[in-house]
Amino acid sequence: MTKKLMRGSHVLGEAAVLAGCRYYFGYPITPQNEVPEYMSRRLLEVGGTFIQAESELASINMVIGAAMAGGRVMTSSSSPGISLKQEGISYLAGQELPAVIANMIRGGPGLGNIAPSQSDYFQATRGGGHGDYRCIVLAPASIQELADMTLQAFDLADKYRNPVMILGDGMMGQMMEPVTFPEPVDPAKLPEKDWVLDGAKDRPQRIILSMLLDPKILEAHNYKLVRKYDAVRENETAWEMTDCDDARLVVAAYGTAARIAGGAIRRVRQRGLKVGLFRPKTLWPFPAKPLEELSHRVRHILTFELCAGQMVEDVQLAVKGQAEVKLYGRPGGVIPTPEDVAHQISHYYYGAHLDEEGPGGGA
Amino acid sequence: MTVKTVFSGFGGQGVLLMGYLLALTAMRQGKEVTYLPAYGAEMRGGTANCTVVVSDGPIASPVASSPDYAVIMNNPSLLKYLNVVRQGGVMLLNSSLIHSEMRRADVTFVDVPVNDLARELGEARSANVIMMGAYAQVTGVVQIEHLSETLAETGLGKKPEVLELNRRALTVGAEAVAKATQ
Repeated sequence: MTKKLMRGSHVLGEAAVLAGCRYYFGYPITPQNEVPEYMSRRLLEVGGTFIQAESELASINMVIGAAMAGGRVMTSSSSPGISLKQEGISYLAGQELPAVIANMIRGGPGLGNIAPSQSDYFQATRGGGHGDYRCIVLAPASIQELADMTLQAFDLADKYRNPVMILGDGMMGQMMEPVTFPEPVDPAKLPEKDWVLDGAKDRPQRIILSMLLDPKILEAHNYKLVRKYDAVRENETAWEMTDCDDARLVVAAYGTAARIAGGAIRRVRQRGLKVGLFRPKTLWPFPAKPLEELSHRVRHILTFELCAGQMVEDVQLAVKGQAEVKLYGRPGGVIPTPEDVAHQISHYYYGAHLDEEGPGGGA
Repeated sequence: MTVKTVFSGFGGQGVLLMGYLLALTAMRQGKEVTYLPAYGAEMRGGTANCTVVVSDGPIASPVASSPDYAVIMNNPSLLKYLNVVRQGGVMLLNSSLIHSEMRRADVTFVDVPVNDLARELGEARSANVIMMGAYAQVTGVVQIEHLSETLAETGLGKKPEVLELNRRALTVGAEAVAKATQ
């Protein structure tokens, strides 16, 4: 396949179509308007359905309908729009319906601004809507990974009958990078779903609902979900470690922040600082176990996020007090440069005397 | 090596296309690239800018806090980027529209009267392609032939007459700065 230069929002749309997505329902919001723009044209070409709904609430309910009928379905939005979709996402989780939801995060709270941010980490990883549930959350760090993870998202959604969220940011939606697309999936050849509502002629009736009034029955349903989430945790947790073998300090970062941190680490490594990068690729499930293992030998972790500090709490939970965890957070849509992050790393590194001899630095 | 370039001007001057053309051409030459357009409340006649990073290795940030090169198509953009370009960097100025005398001693300035050159060429809209010819000549980040190939092979300028015009525009831009820097 040839390399193309494409905008993140268009890549998201194209990858969804290649994954067999034939239904898209959305409502415009900057900085991801190019997703519905792309889908409005592309889905026509493959015989799919595109609807620009009258609201976010309407669009997420259309997603519920299409998922119930067995289609591969996606919606996308940016922060304030994702907040409006939360009721529907909770219903998707309760009804165990597969769907892909992309959030190109912008600065918040409230209407905030349209600049790139990572301030929806809590919302994405803690469920977001009401009730005991989890979304599987994927965090791409490049346009190529956005394409790959979009295909993966549809498979995970079907495999676990669960909503999957792709967590990007405004920059990822707008930026262009080279991308190579994988072979398309033929929706007709996907495994049959034996639970869909497609008319009960000649078969027993099926019912999908999230209202289970008897506490005993709802408790059993909740535990069924818990077992499912345990399986997701066991099988799907993904992360990447770079330059961690000799590291005395590790930067924990995901998405756009991780690539900026990567540039910063290349800089400080040139000056002899032993610094590595820990990058979660799934935010839920969070790669707590590998991070905990890492904290046995690396005692200093700098969490870098494009927000006032959210993932840092998962980092602290993961390392169980074995490593010192510090935060460099930039909220409000500000994108620090690799130089800025390199300054923060150096400041921490020398401040903790990590340049001195001895195992794991002079801590 | 990593080279960061900003392109800035009025909406409608073809500023985003210049950045896209550079990114696409560099990608076709096997480089890593990122292209980041400004996506504020932009409109025709307002400001437009984009940042292109071209590198031999992975690109950390598509944002340029101190770009190596700035392609400046109008006066407001000169004010915006004058103090942003790195020491020893180069600013290419559309001297048809920029009459400000503001300069920096530690940056090289290259004047290219692209609107005048475009009028002489007989197509006012070719000003941005003329500037790309000048950019390639001055920076060497991409070659003029490669820009020309990109225009021919990616459908950016489909019609044969447009293609020929763009080829000439690239040459006009390159020759203008070759003369000026002699």
